[in-house]
Amino acid sequence: MVAELEFEKPLVELRRKIQELREFMKTADVDLSAEIEKLEARLAKLENDVYANLTPWDRVQIARHPQRPTTLDYIERLFANFLECHGDRCFGDDEAIVGGIAEYDGLPVTVIGHQRGKDTKENLRRNFGMPHPEGYRKALRLMKQAEKFSRPIICFIDTKGAYPGKSAEERGQSEAIARNLFEMAGLTVPVVCIVIGEGGSGGALALGVGNHIHMLENSTYSVISPEGAAAILWKDASLAQRAAETMKITAHDLKALGVIDEIIPEVKGGAHRNADEQAKEMDRVLRRSLKELLALDGEALVRQRYEKFKQIGQVSFLQETIRAR
Amino acid sequence: MWKDLFAKKKKYASLPSEQVRHEVPEGVMTKCPQCKKIMYTKELVKNLRVCLSCGYHHPMPARERIESVLDDGSFREYDADMISVNPLGFPGYIEKLEEDRRKSGLNEAVVTGEGTLDGHPLVIAVMDSSFRMGSMGSVVGEKITRAVEQAHDKGVPFLIFTASGGARMQEGVLSLMQMAKTSAALKRFSSDGGLFISVMTHPTTGGVSASFASLGDYNFAEPGALIGFAGRRVIEQTVREELPEDFQTAEFLLKHGQLDAVIHRHELKETLAVVLRIHAGGGESGWWRN
Repeated sequence: MVAELEFEKPLVELRRKIQELREFMKTADVDLSAEIEKLEARLAKLENDVYANLTPWDRVQIARHPQRPTTLDYIERLFANFLECHGDRCFGDDEAIVGGIAEYDGLPVTVIGHQRGKDTKENLRRNFGMPHPEGYRKALRLMKQAEKFSRPIICFIDTKGAYPGKSAEERGQSEAIARNLFEMAGLTVPVVCIVIGEGGSGGALALGVGNHIHMLENSTYSVISPEGAAAILWKDASLAQRAAETMKITAHDLKALGVIDEIIPEVKGGAHRNADEQAKEMDRVLRRSLKELLALDGEALVRQRYEKFKQIGQVSFLQETIRAR
Repeated sequence: MWKDLFAKKKKYASLPSEQVRHEVPEGVMTKCPQCKKIMYTKELVKNLRVCLSCGYHHPMPARERIESVLDDGSFREYDADMISVNPLGFPGYIEKLEEDRRKSGLNEAVVTGEGTLDGHPLVIAVMDSSFRMGSMGSVVGEKITRAVEQAHDKGVPFLIFTASGGARMQEGVLSLMQMAKTSAALKRFSSDGGLFISVMTHPTTGGVSASFASLGDYNFAEPGALIGFAGRRVIEQTVREELPEDFQTAEFLLKHGQLDAVIHRHELKETLAVVLRIHAGGGESGWWRN
């Protein structure tokens, strides 16, 4: 049973009603099929309405859905022979990030992604998908390895952010993130990044310096969580809903801002409704991306990535009144 | 009744703390936040804003910083008139920018340009926390990226003084992406052999500490500077553990292997000159052949 979200309540009501009528028909020997048909048509229409008019906050809820497919769910469906490789060779193995080698339709690749859990036990193990420096350093180690063996890199982004903790600071959380941005910028192999859930700030970006960046339709990518933004801007975390709109964090917003390349459509109601179908949808975009990038040599890839990020941002110039005179 | 009359009489006049602070005439005198001593601002500035009594390093305006490290009259500014727009249509952002422009006398939170330090030509970027807390939006990212590109084209070292609360929220994800943009510029510069010196000053946190500030060939910091990724309060709420008093200070980072050195402001120019000299083709000078 999939947990229902707040904005889905009207749908849940209607579904229950239809179910009730069906039960009643069985026991009471009355023909209600015409009624049921009518209600089902209404449900279909309502479903379309609800899912076609999702607010940014609705999408935040979908992106955070506990059953939303994670990195490992997509790896299982998109790649063959995934071999997970552990550890940063310096400190430890951070299970908030998974990575390894695999085959994508016969093509050797390196796959890396944030990994959160779907229940409490797994979330504790995965630290809720919030990496420590050793997680980022593991990711970098695997990326450099991919570069050495000329393998494309696919990164899945799905984190609330890098872990804010004492040990993370002691081991250089800032440096670990910065180093990844720096080194990813220079990789001579194709890098495709896909935001699959929450893209939380620097902790997300540390796996995000790609040639192509795609986002699932209901995922988010932002400089700070809506709650964090509300707390800082209006001193009230309960205004998160408003912040979700103001901060422009949805896939459509990022496309309009020129940050991402493609929006990957989600199955109706969100990726958690059908991971298999969702993976197929993702597969189409990933295939196209890789085909396009594999045609470029190392130097061209670095240049393309540089230009991509160079053009992000909007600035203006003061009217140079003196010169004008 | 009589009692009431007497009770109201107090020995000393008490002022709300806001007013007390304003007792010190703004500008003429400055109170050290660490030792609480009050001193003439003029003398403090002359001492490079290092407290005359306890050595606390006060925030330094970008222009003063440039004057304090570059050779007299050598500075030539880049992109001085680049200003921010409001890409997200964020309520109140334009007004805040205008207010900070007025208050700080700066057009944005970073000043970039070129000059010489002890005769060594270089490109410099200096952040200023008096403009939007030194936060990085599109303009800061773009100016720093352009400065790095200039250093790259000219084949000179790049020096930065950071002072920033992190990414600028009002520009949302565009601010976040400036971390990648600046880091990419530094990567290209570094791959071609460019020397990058980062000096972190109080405060250097969030997205700035997690991008260019930490990417120096040499990472230095001023004494007592707050440097870190996550805010202290956020960490305390998350982990509920006592944090050491020196947590996220320059000294803390030095102890944990995150910095090359902590350098007193009075010794900064001299140290930078040595680093620049060591990299100015010393290995190719061929002294051993003589």
